[in-house]
Amino acid sequence: MTTGDPVIEAKHLDLTFQTNDGPIHALKDVNLSISKGEFVSFIGPSGCGKTTFLRCIAALETPTGGTLSVNGMTPDEARRNRAYGYVFQAAGLYPWRTISKNIKLPLEIMGFSAAEQEERVNKVLELVDLTGFEGKFPWQLSGGMQQRASIARALAFDADILLMDEPFGALDEIVRDHLNEQLLALWARTEKTIGFVTHSIPEAVYLSTKIVVMSPRPGRITDVIDSPLPKERPLDIRDSTEFIEVAHRVREGLRAGHGDDV
Amino acid sequence: MKQIIAVLTVIAAIVVVWYAACIPMNIKGVLTEQERAGAEVLPPSAKDRRDMGEIGLTLNNSFAIPATWEQDRPRLPAPHQVAIEMWETTIQKKITSKRSLIYHGWVTLSATMLGFAIGTGLGILLAVGIVHSRVMDLSVMPWAIVSQTIPIIALAPMIIVVLFSVGVQGIIPKAIISAYLSFFPVVVGMVKGLRSPDAMQLDLLRTYSASRAQGFWKLRLPASMPYLFASLKIGVAASLVGAIVGELPTGAVAGLGARLLAGSYYGQTVQIWSALFAAAVLAACLVGLLGLIERTVLKRMGMAQ
Repeated sequence: MTTGDPVIEAKHLDLTFQTNDGPIHALKDVNLSISKGEFVSFIGPSGCGKTTFLRCIAALETPTGGTLSVNGMTPDEARRNRAYGYVFQAAGLYPWRTISKNIKLPLEIMGFSAAEQEERVNKVLELVDLTGFEGKFPWQLSGGMQQRASIARALAFDADILLMDEPFGALDEIVRDHLNEQLLALWARTEKTIGFVTHSIPEAVYLSTKIVVMSPRPGRITDVIDSPLPKERPLDIRDSTEFIEVAHRVREGLRAGHGDDV
Repeated sequence: MKQIIAVLTVIAAIVVVWYAACIPMNIKGVLTEQERAGAEVLPPSAKDRRDMGEIGLTLNNSFAIPATWEQDRPRLPAPHQVAIEMWETTIQKKITSKRSLIYHGWVTLSATMLGFAIGTGLGILLAVGIVHSRVMDLSVMPWAIVSQTIPIIALAPMIIVVLFSVGVQGIIPKAIISAYLSFFPVVVGMVKGLRSPDAMQLDLLRTYSASRAQGFWKLRLPASMPYLFASLKIGVAASLVGAIVGELPTGAVAGLGARLLAGSYYGQTVQIWSALFAAAVLAACLVGLLGLIERTVLKRMGMAQ
């Protein structure tokens, strides 16, 4: 599963924002290699650069130093080759489009034929378990369903990589557990490489094959944990000793990175 | 039911205040007429009456109160006089008659609609330019704001004279004045609407490598619709004002503005008031119609529940 060339590779990546209060080191000397099919979580306190790193992969930010390759290309080229789908914290569905029209949005922009659009919409709606809701408008759906629709939208054009920026951050615990389970099932079926930003330690440990712990000022990686958990993960795996050990190590990493601030 | 009572109460209050206001407004004229007709009025001398207050005159000559609501050329016509005049000049006159309010209303309405169409089109085009070009944002917006600080009543004659000198007359100058007033709310509303998508929405389109044109048609334009309709409602009322103002300096022979002007030349206050009401009714209908279109469009788009 983790063999072959890395899908995402960052070497000595730096990103400095110039602000009126002086430069801010959002990322400093970030080195990371993500292989095909991995589920990688980025965890850390606000300002640690986890979202910024994800945005660099998506070519929404431009690094100021180091190299970053996605599928062996620059992030810009990778984006033009539809390398990734991006899921934001808010579903961001267009209120004037039905669910199926929302999912068709990237397909329309990328110039898929009408017949293929229809086919793909049906496929991804089934993947996120929203079949039957294609004609509904976003306001007719719950928050969790809206976020599932936005995941379907990101999956519609069959990118190999799925980048998710705190996609379940605004949802309540129960919905979140449910969506985590669904996401794992979806990952198993589609074999995508997933980059997942989160605040939650249990979420990161439950979902990931690799957990990247980051810390702020400057934004950097303090620990990379390869999860020993099996790929098959029922929700109650969270009570197992392995799970608790990994969670403990993540917590330690976060604390160490925080230094004197805590 | 409660709402109807509330509405009727407000209307009744306005009518009562209006009738009451007619008494002091018209009492002097009424007493002069009554004196000429041989009635005894207090004080009998016109000079003394001139120096007295209206309230005092009314108290001295309370018999004359009903007559303040029945004058031919009152300073302030009573509601029923306006209502009768409106009835006579709409329902009872042929539409082709020069004295028909519907005829005059139509003349003004056609200029309003043409001006509104020009103003809305121009406003949307300017807004699109302003949103997409920093240069236009910096260069056009200040002039759009300045344009609205000039009183239209000062500008209208100049527009008409300039256009007349190049051979343009008739409905066009009125429509241009009307457009001049209505483009501005559309520009402001559309700029706001086209800029309403947040950073996340724009980032999402970037992840699809969408072009600016795709961003405009798929995101910015639909997102701006609620803002556009709010502006259109303000714009259409401004258009009507523009068309009426445009009828004044030409000494126009037709249109609600012409009715206002002719009424004031000949002291026909009833005619002025009925023209004013006709304009108000017209404006209400236009805004109401836009509200209806707004609801239908937004509902079809799925943006209204």
